[in-house]
Amino acid sequence: MNPPSFSSRLKSRRGFIERTLTDINDVLEQSIFAEKIARQKGLLQALDPRLKVASLVLLLLAVSLSHRLTVIAALYFCALLLAVLSAVPLAFFIRRVWVFVLLFTGLVALPALFITPGPTLAHLPLGLVITRTGARTALFLLLRVGASVSFAVLFILTTPWNSVLKALGVLRVPDVLVLVLGMTYRYIHLLLHTANDMFLSRQSRILRPMNGAEERRLMAATSGTLLGKSLQLSSEVYLAMESRGFRGYPRTMDRFQMRWFDWVASVVVVLISGLAIWAGR
Amino acid sequence: MSLKSFVQKIPRWMLLYYGLLVLWLGTTAMHIPDGYLSPVTSIILFVLVLPFWVRGVQKLREKMSARNIPIVALFAAFSFVIMMFNVPLPGGTTGHAVGGALAAIILGPEIATIAISIALIIQAFFFGDGGILAIGANCFNMAVVLPYVAYAIYQAMTKNEAVNSKRRVIASAVGAWAGLTIAAFIAAVEFGIQPLLWHAADGTPLYAPYPLSVSIPAMVIPHILVASVIEGLVTALVIAYLIRVNQGALEMVNKAEVATETSSFAKWRGLWIGLAVLIVIAPIGLLAPGTAWGEWGAEELTSLGLTFIPKGLEQLSGFWSAPLPDYDVPALGNANLAYILSALVGILITVLIVWLFSMLVTRKPKPASEVTPSK
Repeated sequence: MNPPSFSSRLKSRRGFIERTLTDINDVLEQSIFAEKIARQKGLLQALDPRLKVASLVLLLLAVSLSHRLTVIAALYFCALLLAVLSAVPLAFFIRRVWVFVLLFTGLVALPALFITPGPTLAHLPLGLVITRTGARTALFLLLRVGASVSFAVLFILTTPWNSVLKALGVLRVPDVLVLVLGMTYRYIHLLLHTANDMFLSRQSRILRPMNGAEERRLMAATSGTLLGKSLQLSSEVYLAMESRGFRGYPRTMDRFQMRWFDWVASVVVVLISGLAIWAGR
Repeated sequence: MSLKSFVQKIPRWMLLYYGLLVLWLGTTAMHIPDGYLSPVTSIILFVLVLPFWVRGVQKLREKMSARNIPIVALFAAFSFVIMMFNVPLPGGTTGHAVGGALAAIILGPEIATIAISIALIIQAFFFGDGGILAIGANCFNMAVVLPYVAYAIYQAMTKNEAVNSKRRVIASAVGAWAGLTIAAFIAAVEFGIQPLLWHAADGTPLYAPYPLSVSIPAMVIPHILVASVIEGLVTALVIAYLIRVNQGALEMVNKAEVATETSSFAKWRGLWIGLAVLIVIAPIGLLAPGTAWGEWGAEELTSLGLTFIPKGLEQLSGFWSAPLPDYDVPALGNANLAYILSALVGILITVLIVWLFSMLVTRKPKPASEVTPSK
């Protein structure tokens, strides 16, 4: 039996190491890109992060409460407008939201077209019948998820992560949790880099494709080592914190100041979401 | 009947449908985005998850004081990173694990709840993975149900076992598998009640469109076969690795604390068993005709032969309309089933309130070295 050519083997056996490396790099790339956009000048970047967290929740509630497709579509249009005003590349923004939404929620919503009972809308081959109710419910799900994800992505893209953390205080999140959140976010990046290095070093020494059992053993060893490293690191971090005078409670340095611009924006947000909730009843 | 004729008998749309659902569930695991659940469901799940957060933060403060902060942070970061790992499955496919069972075995379920919740909150707030309004739901499924179920099974199977026992590996796999499967079932119930409770005037479901009869098999079967297997596999492999090279990590959950908790359960065991028996035999009441004595509504008073209705009663009877009137969920179509469902909801709420209250009353005095959140 001839061995398969190198390129075809590469394609058919894109093993778990490559996939994990791709996933890890995607996450790192995403967060770096988000920080880059967050540093640009734009409408949302200029707003107080506390206001942005509160507005995000309010707008998500408006999307979630609406019983009308038109209202959800209007709110999505608002998200697009905000993206343009905040220097978020529109094509990137639409792609980032809808590739994800169509891939996952699209698959979930698809069968609803056929199995929801209701008046017939269209006949397809294979005896499939699309019902009007089915089409409406699928649209509801897709639009709602798309609009919600759009607002969340806008928030993520335009807010530096350390101000998100401080802003979480608005939602009455205890300081200890905010501290843990901040440390977690920091160490996610460290651990992602560590995992990346571990996989990459193993990958660069592979001579032949590994079989399933070997792959699973490698995955377990990497996870276990990473866990051990995390636990060891946590005690080192604690010692470092203690030696710098950590007394068991965190302090935040800067205070936010609401300016006239923030007050105007908050009134606009309350008006828009209030209008949407009223119109979507 | 041959396999071929059997396959031919299944309608094609059904094959297509289940194929797509399995595909979806195999890839997304359980991060519910915003838009699938109604706001009311999201809020109820927030309320359900809140006591577990309180319990976790309490535990964080009492157990190892400020030293716990970096441990939780690092473990949350670890959970986040492990959710990125592609796990090679037999047959060449890969999938993702949640890591909730692993966290529960190493940190104990209370602190695992905090660590996984933080990983989920960061995924929602910084990476747009999973909804923000749905954080309560996602945390309830993956940070409460999964670790507590997995930990209970792991504890039950490894009682008095040595740290390096093979049984720990098996117990962790079974615990993780069952934990994620039950979490998937709970998520399926959350999805399945949406079309029953929230639809437009013309009957169009407004949120997740599938009824319980579709959502439960569609979520639970692929989890039993794929996602929970991944969770069990990852947990068992990592536990086996830790037994080999890092047994200290497995002994982090304070043994003494576990012992006192079981003894406090043992102390009230008779009461718990009695309550459980009462709950189980309660539906017998469904067989009895008539209404409970003294609990007549306005219409029933007339049918009992009363010629007039007290004015106050008539006015007040419309004052409060319960969320589940007459313990019935009309959309369920089956009064007895709805009654039992209402009862379960009632028991759950009652137990939660009593537990919250008892936690407030029996709160221990703060140790000197603890973390103070105030400035």
